[in-house]
Amino acid sequence: MAAEDRPVLTEDRESDGTLDVGRGLDALDTPTEHRAPWWKRFATSVVPPVVAVVLFIVVWQILWASAIWPEFKLPAPGAVFGEIGTQLVSGQALSIIWTSISRAVLGFLFAVIIGTPLGLLVATVPVVRAAIGPILSGLQSLPSVAWVPAAVLWFGLTDQTIYFVVLMGAVPSIANGLVSGIDQVPPLLPRVGHAMGASRAQSARLIMLPAALPGFLAGLKQGWAFSWRSLMAAELIATSPSLGFGLGAYLNYGQTQSEMEVVIAAIILILVVGIGVELLAFRPAERRILRARGLATGP
Amino acid sequence: MTVTLERPGPTPRTGPPAVEVKGVSKVFGRGDDAVVALDGVDLSVAPGEFVCLLGASGCGKSTLLNVVAGLDQPTTGTVDRSSSRPAVMFQESALLPWLTAGRNVELPLRLAGVGRGARRERARELLELVRLDGQAEKRPHELSGGMRQRVALARALAAATGLGGSGATEVQPGVLLMDEPFGALDAITRDFLQAELLRVWEATGTTILFVTHDVRESVRLAERVVLLSSRPGRVVREWGTGVDTDPEELHGDITTELREVISAHGR
Ligand SMILES: Nc1ncnc2c1ncn2[C@@H]1O[C@H](COP(=O)(O)OP(=O)(O)OP(=O)(O)O)[C@@H](O)[C@H]1O
Ligand SMILES: [Mg+2]
Repeated sequence: MAAEDRPVLTEDRESDGTLDVGRGLDALDTPTEHRAPWWKRFATSVVPPVVAVVLFIVVWQILWASAIWPEFKLPAPGAVFGEIGTQLVSGQALSIIWTSISRAVLGFLFAVIIGTPLGLLVATVPVVRAAIGPILSGLQSLPSVAWVPAAVLWFGLTDQTIYFVVLMGAVPSIANGLVSGIDQVPPLLPRVGHAMGASRAQSARLIMLPAALPGFLAGLKQGWAFSWRSLMAAELIATSPSLGFGLGAYLNYGQTQSEMEVVIAAIILILVVGIGVELLAFRPAERRILRARGLATGP
Repeated sequence: MTVTLERPGPTPRTGPPAVEVKGVSKVFGRGDDAVVALDGVDLSVAPGEFVCLLGASGCGKSTLLNVVAGLDQPTTGTVDRSSSRPAVMFQESALLPWLTAGRNVELPLRLAGVGRGARRERARELLELVRLDGQAEKRPHELSGGMRQRVALARALAAATGLGGSGATEVQPGVLLMDEPFGALDAITRDFLQAELLRVWEATGTTILFVTHDVRESVRLAERVVLLSSRPGRVVREWGTGVDTDPEELHGDITTELREVISAHGR
């Protein structure tokens, strides 16, 4: 025991009771974390959505079989998955998805590079906040499709048009996420840092930024969703051979050819990519960050 | 558990005071809305002394502590500190939730530019001192309220004493400022932590300025109890808790005086 070679106070000598009480308190009050076994977590998190998707396809199949709508309005699930299958086999699907994903990721990275300093500036400089804070939140509710016509007129049918629309969609979310992350840092934390003699730079790096991380991550997640949405809108409206053939163009192709199974196949692929990125990239990062702080909820 | 005031005997306090507050006033706001939180407070704390600041709610205890800590500037008056930077401990543990207990204790050393190995070793030592050996890898949310406050105490000690008396250098006991650190804890845990704090104080020789509104806590902990009046905050009276004082009697005396100060506001 550490205290033995040090001067000891009366209370200590008087009884080991204090020590036992202390140990008892530690044991009783320590929060215990219950983590369900993996199969239970699997059963509660993976099974329900799979069941929902299967049910949806079954209902779809029944509706198709009852022939309420003509084939060109409601194709068979088999026809749609057949279309996806042939595109996958020919390698076409990968090329289409790659065209779109590479653009979305590049656009998202640009948005992070622009949105992060912008958010820092708005959060820390009162004048900047007063000047552009409201505009930034307003832009978040403006559907970025609204920028497509302007962008086409400014940049023509080029990649710049597409990246511009993606940036207008994603930057406000990322900047606002960082602002609210910083706003939500309990004021006690920077005070403690100040009391321990942290310089401004140390306080920003070691206290404010990590403390604002959960809010920033939420902003990044939303920023990704907006990048993806804006990209699809831009690709759908601004189609040209010079712009390559992405998911939006594929969707547009289905519409112009009146091929319903292509349209639905495109929608499914867009959805799958969006959900896939969320599940593979953002969900695990969020889990890790929140769990380390004891904020994680659910399985 | 009985509370005893027996101490190893009055230690002679030598050298210049660890903290010297001279004529400190603090006014919040201006004009008609101005609140005089402190008015001409004088207070001197000897090195190694344990002083309790006692007063009713809103009398300016936190304000005085923040001024001593250097977190706030006094409106008038001066504060002299012998140690460069006193460490502060608040009612909430204010641990950084993304760092482990060990890293939290290391933080003040890291800010001071101490190398990784040395600060890890010091953090281990301090966690052992507050009886949290082996808990260094736990995150704050995995600890109970009482354990979190002990981690905060270890961190404050790291801030106050640096690397401690390692090597041939003289031990730097430092100054610890505590603002109702046990106020949010249940009675049993508080009682235990009071005993722990006394043990740590004995072991380290740190100077402690401890704010509370609980008379019993102040009588149990302090060598000297300083009573502040409310609006404006002034030093009303102080009591020593020597070997020959009866704690019950002292508790009665202080309570009577505190009642007097508070009811003066109702008139
Ligand atoms: N930043 C501030 N601006 C204006 N008034 C303040 C400010 N901080 C404190 N006060 C006022 O100063 C007085 C003293 O406040 P202080 O927090 O120091 O009291 P306290 O003794 O610590 O009270 P408690 O026991 O509730 O913690 C109070 O009347 C409070 O309203
Ligand atoms: Mg207070």
